[in-house]
Amino acid sequence: MENRTDKNSYTIIFAIVMVLIVGSLLAFAASSLKPNIDENKRLEKQQNILYAMGVNENDESSANFVSTDKAPELFKKYIKKQLVIQDGKVTEDNQAYLIDIKKEQTNAKAGIARRLPLFEGEKDGKTFYIAPIRGKGLWDAIWAYVAMDKNMVIQGAYFDHKGETPGLGANIKQRFFMDDFIGEHLLDNSNTFKGIDVSKSNADPKNDDKTDNEVDAIAGATITGNGVSAMIKSDLKLYEPFFKNLKK
Amino acid sequence: MGLLSKKDAKLITDPLADNNPITIQVLGICSALAITAELKASIVMALSVMAVLAIGNVVISLMRNIIPSKIRIIVQLVVVAALVIIVDQVLKAYAYELSKTLSVFVGLIITNCIIMGRFEAFALANGPWRSFLDGIGNSAGYGLILIIVGFFRELLGSGTLLGYKVFGDPIEQTGLYAYGYENNGFMLLSPMALIVVGIIIWVQRSRNESLIEEN
Repeated sequence: MENRTDKNSYTIIFAIVMVLIVGSLLAFAASSLKPNIDENKRLEKQQNILYAMGVNENDESSANFVSTDKAPELFKKYIKKQLVIQDGKVTEDNQAYLIDIKKEQTNAKAGIARRLPLFEGEKDGKTFYIAPIRGKGLWDAIWAYVAMDKNMVIQGAYFDHKGETPGLGANIKQRFFMDDFIGEHLLDNSNTFKGIDVSKSNADPKNDDKTDNEVDAIAGATITGNGVSAMIKSDLKLYEPFFKNLKK
Repeated sequence: MGLLSKKDAKLITDPLADNNPITIQVLGICSALAITAELKASIVMALSVMAVLAIGNVVISLMRNIIPSKIRIIVQLVVVAALVIIVDQVLKAYAYELSKTLSVFVGLIITNCIIMGRFEAFALANGPWRSFLDGIGNSAGYGLILIIVGFFRELLGSGTLLGYKVFGDPIEQTGLYAYGYENNGFMLLSPMALIVVGIIIWVQRSRNESLIEEN
């Protein structure tokens, strides 16, 4: 006799019921957890920006953010201005850190002028300009917050990624890679924007030369490294006019 | 063994040695290649797979009498995908830092052939308790190999273990590096994971000749 579970009608009903149950379960989980997840993401952005300007709890070798409960308070304390640059016009907006860079990049392709957030921070009498950038790694998105001084010399950087290979591309968020950027000049000797190359043929592995526009690449992570170079070149270049104006 | 009967205990010990999912059944090789460049990632992956496989096995085992055989593979896929996504969402809401470390593995867990393999081969034919033990055993066998491979790749490739510099600092030229030792960057590339797995298979089969197939 044919088994009950082999019937076509049973199979179809089972499939429908299963999809309904699993679907509503996932929808329920996603919508009930969304406020928490959004809050976590918001705090993470504040932590990232603070990290780039040197407000962090780093120990000797690992990268540590300030704790989430302290982040909003410290963010208020250290970030003096949140700016949005659009079409060369600079406006203040204290929600600028929530601007979705991915959306802005898509808008830019469609011809809508991109909104560029820039955060002005102050710590120990020094002024930092922190810009968020975003690009592509090997598997998925990579992004960074780069803190610069008014001469576009990097003062700190925080890199992160969505799905780079652990031990290889994922190492861009390790201290040894991020710290290499500190002190590097984004401009070349004639003061035009050149960016920073993550270079495999770098003859300067200890990174003593800060004006060569190069940092040492990670072995086995060529494409992630190229992605880092590319996003620095394309996204930070957009801020060049702002810094030119600053000097006038 | 008081807690488990002999038959049940075998469910756990077998996959650790003579029926190891990676070295004997050659399943789950893809993730063994991808994430073993670091010991920490190997451990995290081993634990994640253990959680998903143990729970998934129980769920499939409870449903085994009502799953239509024609679409059983799809049902298995839906169960494991739903499980992984829910766990990922909960972690994102309550343990954000941890979820960021794990996010890379989510896709790899869903596609891990050991999980589908155990659902298909074991959970569909056995009760929940035995399926649970089978899940723990197989993921432990998988994790064991992952951790061995991760240990050698991180040690020889980066000179570190869990991020701790074992051999000294390669840039400052301290420790072993002062004597001219160099990290083998090749160990970090995925082909070396296959070669390390190959060596484990070789060692295992030469110690237990009954594992060698006859031609």
